[in-house]
Amino acid sequence: MSATGGASGLSGWLIRGARPLGGEPADIVIEGSQITEVARTGQAAAAGRHLAVCEADGLIAMPGLVDLHTHLREPGREDAETVASGTAAAALGGYTVVHAMANTEPVADTAGVVEQVWRLGREAGHCDVQPVGAVTAGLGGKQLAELGAMADSAASVRVFSDDGRCVADATLMRRALEYVKAFDGVIAQHAQEPRLTEEAQVNEGEISARLGLVGWPAVAEEAIIARDCLLAAHVGAALHVCHVSTAGSVEIIRWAKSKGWQVSAEVTPHHLLLTDDLACGYDPIYKVNPPLRTAADVAALREGLADGTIDCVATDHAPHPSESKETEWSIASFGMTGLETALRVVHEAMVSTGLLDWSQVADRMSVRPAAIGRLDGTSGHGCPLAAGFPANLVLYDPAHVSAVDPAAHASRSRNTPFGGMKLPGQVMATFLRGRPTVLDGRLVR
Amino acid sequence: MNRHLISAADLSAGDAVSILDTAEELARLAERPIPKLPTLRGRTVVNLFYEDSTRTRISFEAAAKRLSADVINFSAKGSSVAKGESLKDTALTLQAMGADAVVIRHSASGAPHRLAEWVRGSVVNAGDGTHEHPTQALLDAFTMRRRLGRLEGLRVAIVGDILHSRVARSNVWLLRTLGAQVTLVAPPTLLPVAVDSWPCEVSYDFSAVLPSVDVVMMLRVQHERMTQAYFPSVREYSRRYGLDSDRMALLPDHAIVMHPGPMNRGVEIAADVADSPRSTIVEQVTNGVAVRMAVLYLLLGGSTGAEPAVAGAERVGATL
Repeated sequence: MSATGGASGLSGWLIRGARPLGGEPADIVIEGSQITEVARTGQAAAAGRHLAVCEADGLIAMPGLVDLHTHLREPGREDAETVASGTAAAALGGYTVVHAMANTEPVADTAGVVEQVWRLGREAGHCDVQPVGAVTAGLGGKQLAELGAMADSAASVRVFSDDGRCVADATLMRRALEYVKAFDGVIAQHAQEPRLTEEAQVNEGEISARLGLVGWPAVAEEAIIARDCLLAAHVGAALHVCHVSTAGSVEIIRWAKSKGWQVSAEVTPHHLLLTDDLACGYDPIYKVNPPLRTAADVAALREGLADGTIDCVATDHAPHPSESKETEWSIASFGMTGLETALRVVHEAMVSTGLLDWSQVADRMSVRPAAIGRLDGTSGHGCPLAAGFPANLVLYDPAHVSAVDPAAHASRSRNTPFGGMKLPGQVMATFLRGRPTVLDGRLVR
Repeated sequence: MNRHLISAADLSAGDAVSILDTAEELARLAERPIPKLPTLRGRTVVNLFYEDSTRTRISFEAAAKRLSADVINFSAKGSSVAKGESLKDTALTLQAMGADAVVIRHSASGAPHRLAEWVRGSVVNAGDGTHEHPTQALLDAFTMRRRLGRLEGLRVAIVGDILHSRVARSNVWLLRTLGAQVTLVAPPTLLPVAVDSWPCEVSYDFSAVLPSVDVVMMLRVQHERMTQAYFPSVREYSRRYGLDSDRMALLPDHAIVMHPGPMNRGVEIAADVADSPRSTIVEQVTNGVAVRMAVLYLLLGGSTGAEPAVAGAERVGATL
């Protein structure tokens, strides 16, 4: 790919030869913040105009990716990530908006904190930051946070989650689901029955038995998902299930959807590719919550994502400083970075295997998460690559293959489980409302 | 043999037999007037103990000293794992001091694996969390072989809190490698959910197993398992899974009773059973020193080129 002209003094961009959603090559014209024309290559009416040219031969064009599940760590843990570094990582991964989870210090449980995070995102400018509000005050699981105040704030919060912790109290969960109906909100549940997972370290099964690590049983996730689906049905509210990790969870969600209930679900890239046997060397780079599961679970998750039972891919990007991982397994932090590798991992797990084509990847990584996050309206995320829509898009080179180099990541943290792994693909450019945030695979300053 | 001894599962049958045979030679050394070999002179063995375990630490210390190694005891107990110096920094410190071997006891499963990434010397696992305790399994196998003359085909029942037992894990892997048949006996709550993937039988009925075993190995049961609802009460546990003299009478005449210690007399093992002639509990302690000598000898001895100075040691050298 080569970009010439820059945007200075020019009225926009001509992206030449990209394949929208993996289809026939086309020219995409961006003027201002909008896509103004998509035409067969060489036939764009605007081609003669004063446009910067982005040669995109062989690249796939998709709507800018939407992450429903990012930990930006700011405020509180700026040693691990900041809004600026996390959104830079997001842009390099092809994202134009990320949902910032609420488990910061202080917790994003008031209008003040969510507005701060939202504002930091605007200032950084690499991608939009849509704060997620906490469900309960201080993630304490005892009383509801001021959900309405967050919804009415400048950040217009619509997704609420205590992610990192489960809203375990059934009545509190019911009330939260009911309450956010007033402003078209959705509760994103971290499904983990706390008593069944005390001190849990790895998936409970053959590996936990052998390694002598406390098991995290699949039933602890599935029991909460089943309960929450029934609650959502009972009160007619919207439930989103975070990071689904087991075959049983996929079955329960498939059943709930067959009833017509308002249930959506996400899966992380790492749960689509990695399995629990990676814990055998006790390297906590593979420690994550929910834990890596078995090959049978991975197969079920892929199938669920392919058939639409699981709506979308969400990264659960969870940066940690090195000292949190260079320890004994049981005291290491849970979590993996994911923004800069997500699309490549999905390519490997879902496209190379023939389970998804690129238009379906765009659906699972942009269109559907934007809809779940209530971003499909004025924000312009997850929109078609067509004239009249905001120019949020990613250009991706599917032919590229390289080993993942954690040192090259823009994230402040290096806790990727994919370091050294050969993965296909490379994000070449990301446009946020007509402005490139990434060009030639590098961040635009 | 590998550079480290971290898991009994890593030992080939050849490695394991070599350790047991070497231990046999070294045990004879203990009967000499001066039970000491110069083999590891000038080498440094660090005992890095994050958990209290006087018996295991002393056993390793005696083993290293009988091989003339310099021994440094580093007790990290009390310096909380979470807020004290990290294991990595401790490892780098030991590395800088030139430790040839680090014997580690740690409450976290897998800590020896981590340590092995940060030190150049050999790492010996002296018990990690609920994972493994390979030298215990080796001394148990050594004791069985001495008492019963063989390991191949032996029927061994391991009884008690399998879920949380590093001794059970190491014994399952090692005894399988050495050709013995293991039956785990425990209430279902104290067995791992995937125990059917292990190379052994499982029974919930202790009395039914006893008539057909050569060895019964009792594991310590912790009182706190009761509050965690693994069983209703210590008394009920003791009635169903304790070894008292009535149950011991079900054993074949030649069968032995083992326990890695420390025992809860009156809970998993009755006092008269612990003190009976079938019991190998004190022998196990004695054998522990010989087995740990053999491990240190084989991990460290080969690379120095140090010449054995006494006849007994020359025979040891010949077994390598």
